[in-house]
Amino acid sequence: MKFTLQINEGPYQHQASDTAYQFAKAALEKGHEIFRVFFYHDGVNNGTRLTTPPQDDRNIVKRWSELAEQHNLDLVLCVAAAQRRGIADADEAKRNGKDADNIAPGFRISGLGQLIEGGIQSDRLVVFGD
Amino acid sequence: MSDIKKFMYVNRKAPYGTVYALESLEVVLIGAAFEQDVSLVFMDDGVYQLAKGQDSSASDMKNFSPTYRALEMYDVEKLYVARESLEARGLTEADLIVDVELKSADEIRDLMEEQDVVLSF
Repeated sequence: MKFTLQINEGPYQHQASDTAYQFAKAALEKGHEIFRVFFYHDGVNNGTRLTTPPQDDRNIVKRWSELAEQHNLDLVLCVAAAQRRGIADADEAKRNGKDADNIAPGFRISGLGQLIEGGIQSDRLVVFGD
Repeated sequence: MSDIKKFMYVNRKAPYGTVYALESLEVVLIGAAFEQDVSLVFMDDGVYQLAKGQDSSASDMKNFSPTYRALEMYDVEKLYVARESLEARGLTEADLIVDVELKSADEIRDLMEEQDVVLSF
């Protein structure tokens, strides 16, 4: 089955991203396809490479980046939500006159149309949020 | 577009206090360009999103409620409100800024059952 996942909450404050990660991992292990993972609202905070959790805690961002690399996942941060929350890739940083970018490896920034397309192209769209 | 899917947006939260209501509306507006079969449900505190006479000026939050009136222009015409949620908050259809269909919890369940995609905010 082909899935798109939508993640509406940031890391650590809320378990939505953890649950979505476990879901994605389990689905991939069972041979399902993850068409896209779309991060919205505070969910875009899952895509900053500056995250530095304590060593005995899980690194939520790194975990997503690694899963993306292993399975060629499409991790998309909503551009409007990312701009509001200070998440930028090199292009976004330049366009908005910022002195740095902070997007984590494996993530990209795009529009809400990517979420709708995920719903159209996938057998199931699963929302992880509050 | 060849394959039209049924998209339902479920709005469960008050218009202010969190960003969910505003950003749900943004998805609806962007999604309209994809010409899918769209419906919106308002339930729990989400019914307040459609309340008439919103004035958010003192809180410095944007009052985006007029946008619901523009949904018709985007061919988003199926607006359902959970009757129990409305009544529990002392509101009636006359208190809402747009025309809606009131639905019971059972009817909303049946509508959800018919959908291809349910986005919950």
